[in-house]
Amino acid sequence: MDTITVQPLQWSELSALAPELTLVIAAVLISLIDLLLPKRIHREWIGILSLASVLFSLYFVVSTLADRYTQAVGGEAVGALQLLNQSYRVDDFALLLKVLFLVGTAFVILISMGSMKDDELPHRGEYYYLLLPAALGGMMMASSGDLITLYVGLELLSITSYILVGMKKNDRRSTEGAFKYAVLGSVASAFILYGMSFLYGMSGSTNLIDIAQSLTTHVAAFQPLIYVSFLLLIVGLGFKIAAAPFHAWSPDVYQGAPTPITAFLAVVAKGASLAVVFRIIFNVFFGLGAESDTEGQRVFSIYNDVTIMLLAIAALSMVVGTTMALRQKNVKRLLALSGIANAGYLLVPIGLNILGNTINASVFNAFWYYLAAYLFTTIGAFAVLMVVSRVVGHEELKGFAGLYHRSPWLAVAMTVFVLSLAGIPITAGFFGKLYIIVGAVAAHSIWIAIVMMLTSVISFYFYFGFIRQMYMRHGQEGKITVLAPQGSVIAICVLFVLGFGLFPNEVMGWLNTLFSIPGDLFTLTP
Amino acid sequence: MVGQISSIPWLSLLTFSPLLGVLILLLIPKERVFAIRTIGIVTTFISLIIAVVIYAGYDASKQGNTLLEKFDWISIPLNLDVAKGIQSWTLDIPYHLALDGLSLPLVVMTTIVAAMSALASVSIRKRQKTYFILLLLLEVGMLGVFMARDLFLFFAFFEWTLVPTFFLIGIWGLANRERAANHFLLYNGLGSALMFVAFAILVATAGFDQITDTSGAVKFVYSGDLYTIVNHLQSSGAAANLGHSPFFLSEGWRMGTFVLLLIAFGIKLPLFPFHTWMLKVHAEAPTPVVMLHSGVLLKMGAYGLIQFGMVLLPQQLADWATVLAVLGIINILYGAILAFVQTEFRLVLAYSSISHMGFVLFGIAAMNEIGLQGAVMQMVSHGFISALFFLLVGSLSERTGTTRLDELGGLAKRIPFISALLLIAGLASLGLPGLSGFPAELFSLLGLYGNLPWAATIGAFGVILSAVYVLRGVLAITFGPIAAHHQQLKDARLVEAVPAIVLTACIVLIGLFPSLVTAPVEYGVSHIIDMFKVGG
Repeated sequence: MDTITVQPLQWSELSALAPELTLVIAAVLISLIDLLLPKRIHREWIGILSLASVLFSLYFVVSTLADRYTQAVGGEAVGALQLLNQSYRVDDFALLLKVLFLVGTAFVILISMGSMKDDELPHRGEYYYLLLPAALGGMMMASSGDLITLYVGLELLSITSYILVGMKKNDRRSTEGAFKYAVLGSVASAFILYGMSFLYGMSGSTNLIDIAQSLTTHVAAFQPLIYVSFLLLIVGLGFKIAAAPFHAWSPDVYQGAPTPITAFLAVVAKGASLAVVFRIIFNVFFGLGAESDTEGQRVFSIYNDVTIMLLAIAALSMVVGTTMALRQKNVKRLLALSGIANAGYLLVPIGLNILGNTINASVFNAFWYYLAAYLFTTIGAFAVLMVVSRVVGHEELKGFAGLYHRSPWLAVAMTVFVLSLAGIPITAGFFGKLYIIVGAVAAHSIWIAIVMMLTSVISFYFYFGFIRQMYMRHGQEGKITVLAPQGSVIAICVLFVLGFGLFPNEVMGWLNTLFSIPGDLFTLTP
Repeated sequence: MVGQISSIPWLSLLTFSPLLGVLILLLIPKERVFAIRTIGIVTTFISLIIAVVIYAGYDASKQGNTLLEKFDWISIPLNLDVAKGIQSWTLDIPYHLALDGLSLPLVVMTTIVAAMSALASVSIRKRQKTYFILLLLLEVGMLGVFMARDLFLFFAFFEWTLVPTFFLIGIWGLANRERAANHFLLYNGLGSALMFVAFAILVATAGFDQITDTSGAVKFVYSGDLYTIVNHLQSSGAAANLGHSPFFLSEGWRMGTFVLLLIAFGIKLPLFPFHTWMLKVHAEAPTPVVMLHSGVLLKMGAYGLIQFGMVLLPQQLADWATVLAVLGIINILYGAILAFVQTEFRLVLAYSSISHMGFVLFGIAAMNEIGLQGAVMQMVSHGFISALFFLLVGSLSERTGTTRLDELGGLAKRIPFISALLLIAGLASLGLPGLSGFPAELFSLLGLYGNLPWAATIGAFGVILSAVYVLRGVLAITFGPIAAHHQQLKDARLVEAVPAIVLTACIVLIGLFPSLVTAPVEYGVSHIIDMFKVGG
């Protein structure tokens, strides 16, 4: 491509960007308010403003989705909207993920409210409004159709996260975690950039769809370089999603960060990076290396290798995450390790070779469903942890001892969360895993299904460790009071975990009407 | 599979009847122990009454499922094969309950044992509210397991039983309760996981189905429905896999699936190398829970092996009949010999359970009608006998504080009622004619004589050994010198006597009228036996 025709942004397109613009404007305004607001006004108000802007943004996303849903039901083709020189895509893939990121961010703000003392969190205003650009970064990552946008989104999310991790300025662990995260995260970003540079070098374009077309044409010439670029990308992205063997940072960082930020990292940051992996695999490497094998069957050698590598990383993450968690006594580290295993589960639908004997196009549905299940479960668990650790003064597992006697409902809520994490029936986690496993079996990857099931069983040990503590051990006495925002998050999460478990039909049907891989990820502007 | 859908959803009523009690219990403050106990016990009796009504109305001559309930529960759109333009492709998990001759005796046995266990739960001294809620939740899971006719629904109930049992062992057990609960959870979780993989393979291949609805639209489904899968596995060639199927379930795959199922159900059964968890549970769990565990939960493994392993993959089972018989011999002899050397009476009973479950394997390996009748009979009979045994063990340990054989003796003089029932349970366990153990083991052995006479001959030694270890255990407790501090013991209270008498009555009744169990089973298993005749 010699000349690049820059396409100016149209007015009509602005409305499609409303969710992002809401966050940008809110972030700027709130930072100014924080600057100008007199000292004596408590910065907790900033949290409410941030929450309101996230909810506004969520409203725009949901209403767009609702419109697209009615169109889809009416039988109209709902393609992707491509903006800003095809670098920004507004499609169902992005919109559905944005719902999760925004819900996650809203929960994070809610559980933060009133939970930290002023000396713990000196810069409360920044804490709240920095979550907005972080969420915005995640949304850009989900929406990007271009390497540049993708990288900008990634860095926006990463850099704000580095700061957020270090927000507890007076806590040595928090600072250490932030430092570690910043240094290692930058290295990971460098890997990603390096991998991207190979893609650009081979195709001469930063647009994902152009890259895919170009690579398909010139696949013979670039075969080794395609592998190199994939490996570099997956090292960097593997770090961002905390998949093994690039996971070592996560327990330290998760432990050091303020607990709501840990929840943010575990859900939103991980989910956004997984979205990028999903996009890159399906838009760049999908179906690469098409040839006929000896029996005349069509195979896709490069795509096949890529999926095998992804599944290998997934399997390793599950094994490492679960085995390391067995002896872990600190709840935040435990949930970090559980997050590594869950990153493995979430990589499975991305890494299934769906161009084998069957075209299993429901991988995104499985991915989204499990991510949603993971979001409600994990944030709920973190919220319970915050309530408990505030009372007992530490974040060790034994803080949960005797919780059932102190606050039965809190214990029941936590039980629902751990049962969902363990994948016990009638919870969201159960159907999430079931859906992924049936997909894996349908795509002939029985081995990954077996690894998934076995690691889930091993994980019973530490997930039920919470139950042992809460119901079978004796701990401190006395009632536990739950802050209203935290309590409401816990209640909502319990409802969703059980609802997703009892009525998966409705959610799945809705997803299925909206989303299809060929109709969404690959279409251009209608 | 003929079935009828009755106007009253009897099966759902039965399965979820304990939930009514759970709801009421939730509203009662935990200090009102008497009310909590009453509600808990009454609820189990409601389930028992429903089960008996169903049993009385069961028409054995109508083959197959005389009762059947099926609704669409979950139908997950799969979006598979969009490239071929197929619009509708779903993964169906129907809510499908049915009662055939195989399930019926087990369901009735479950409700009886559960009710007796609830009565015995009067001995529970702490946190009664939580206890009864969990007990009732466990009953829902157990009843669901025996009636579910959808692979994933079965799995859901099967897995569901783990959670209340984990709590029941871990909170109300003896000193090492947490370890026992962990062992229970991990071993059984492993079993469920393997079962799940096997089910996923079956659903993703043989579960494929093409349904043309009334409007003529073609719908593709992956169905977990047991009968759909059975039909597809039985028909041969392309019809079995309809061309669209993702992959053909070759002989190798079928064998692999069968082995997965065998291990999965073998852990629950428990099969010889996988039995250690069950010893810990028997030793540590509170009495009423062991009654349910030994009486009902272990039977879920054997039941699963018949209802799923045998029905789905008869050819593979036939190939492995000898292996199953050998596993049966190992269970019988290993259990018997170890039961003989134990000094802890709970462990004598635990090993005796392993031994008795070997006869169930025999009945399955026989692959004929009489063998299967024997297997089901043994499941029901052992359910009652071990429930009775553990009820009495609970009474004993409550009085003496020990169940070690060397610390007990001569109790027949002080507590004649308990001792007499202990003796009856022992006699039933060793297979005395007129009690339920006799026809059960006789049928299993007779069945196996039909095709593997050598195995049956070796296994028959187990019967002799059982006489030795049972009498050793029971006599050591009831006769001989009595310890001085046991002179003041009091005999059974009414609340202990009632369940003991009911269980004994069941044992005698089945011993005298084996047809109570065999009549429904005969029709329940005939279709399974037919498969072996057709398949060779």
